Parts: sequence; C-alpha cells; structure tokens
Amino acid sequence: MTVTDLALYGVMPILALAMMLAFVRLLRGPSLPDRVVAVDLLTALSIGVIATYAIATEQTALLDVAIVLALVSFLGTVAFAYYIERTV
Amino acid sequence: MTMQEVLTAVLMVSGALFMLVAALGVLRMPDLFLRMSASTKASSFGSGLILLAAAAHFAEIGVTSRVVATIVYLLLTTPIAAHMLSRAGYFVGVKLSDRTVIDELAHQYDLRTHRLASRTPTTSVGETDTVSPES
Repeated sequence: MTVTDLALYGVMPILALAMMLAFVRLLRGPSLPDRVVAVDLLTALSIGVIATYAIATEQTALLDVAIVLALVSFLGTVAFAYYIERTV
Repeated sequence: MTMQEVLTAVLMVSGALFMLVAALGVLRMPDLFLRMSASTKASSFGSGLILLAAAAHFAEIGVTSRVVATIVYLLLTTPIAAHMLSRAGYFVGVKLSDRTVIDELAHQYDLRTHRLASRTPTTSVGETDTVSPES
C-alpha cells in the first residue's frame, strides 16, 4: 500500500462531499445564474473525480474524458449565459 | 515510498481541498457574484492540481501533454465563462448582498444595447452628487 493509495481514501470522500454541497446550491439557488454556477462547479468537480479515478485504476484513457468534459462544460456555460442575457 | 508517490499524494490532496473550499464558497456565500468569485478561482486551481497529480503519477509524455493541454484550456475558458455569466446575471438583476457597500456599475449599462457607457451617473440617477468636481 503506497502513499498514493492512502491519499485516494481521503481524496474521493472530499470530492464527494464537495459534490453534495454543490448539489445543495443547485437545488436551492434562488435564481437561474446561481444554478448555472452550481452546474459549472459540478463539472469542474467531475474533472477532478475522473482524474482521481484514472490514478486509482491506472487507466490513462480516462483523461480524455476529462478533456471532453472541460470542452462541453465551457460551451454549456457560455450557452446558458447567452440565453440568460437574451431574456432581458 | 518514493518521491513520485509523495508528490502525487500531496498534489491530489491539496487539489481536493481547494475543490472543497470552492464548494463551500458556492454554498455559503451570500451573493451570486461572491459565489462565482469563490467557485471560479478555487475550482480551476483545484482541478489543475488534481490533473498535475495524474501527470506525476503516470509520468508518461502522452499523459503529461494531455494534462497540460487540459490545464491551459481550463485557465483560458474559466474566466471567460465566469465573466459572461456574471454579466448576464447583472443584466437579469440578481440581488446583491445586504452588506454591499457600493455598486459602481449601477446605471452604467445601457439596457437596450447592452453596452457599457463610460459616463458618471449624475443626472440619470436622480441622486445628489456629493463629490466635488476635480479641478
């Protein structure tokens, strides 16, 4: 058992807790931009989870998923911002 | 216990802690703009640290180049997305926090053309201008 394996036991619960906190803001957020901020944070957290999982399972192919998620997250946030600004 | 394992563990744990700080900020901050200020910087830094941990763990040229590309892309796009979203939120009229001292953007936007005017809000606001004109 290496130090990296030991650290994985701490990192995954921390990221899961952060995801839960972001989900609370997604459910509670008073306005639409608040929810979009929560979704943006959730995708950033997913990138972290995917990178951690790539380390845990020794699968380098999972990092491609992180790249695609970063691309799609930016497009989604920009589309939401454009849509919100068009509504006024 | 090699140096590589220690580096991977330290990068991973610190990145996860930054992500937790970002999520706490998004949950606890009183305002859309403060929430965005907490989430944007801390989350891009945290995911960058975790990706660097992956680069340190695998230590291959293919993985490292993909990690560097992802980090550069994140650092380029996250401020743009945050700026567009906060601008849209300001136009929609998201309420500021109760403890906001000053809103310097008030009455500076033209609501029809969505352009930012560089004029001082003297007549359009309807409030007394207490600041003496500079000589």
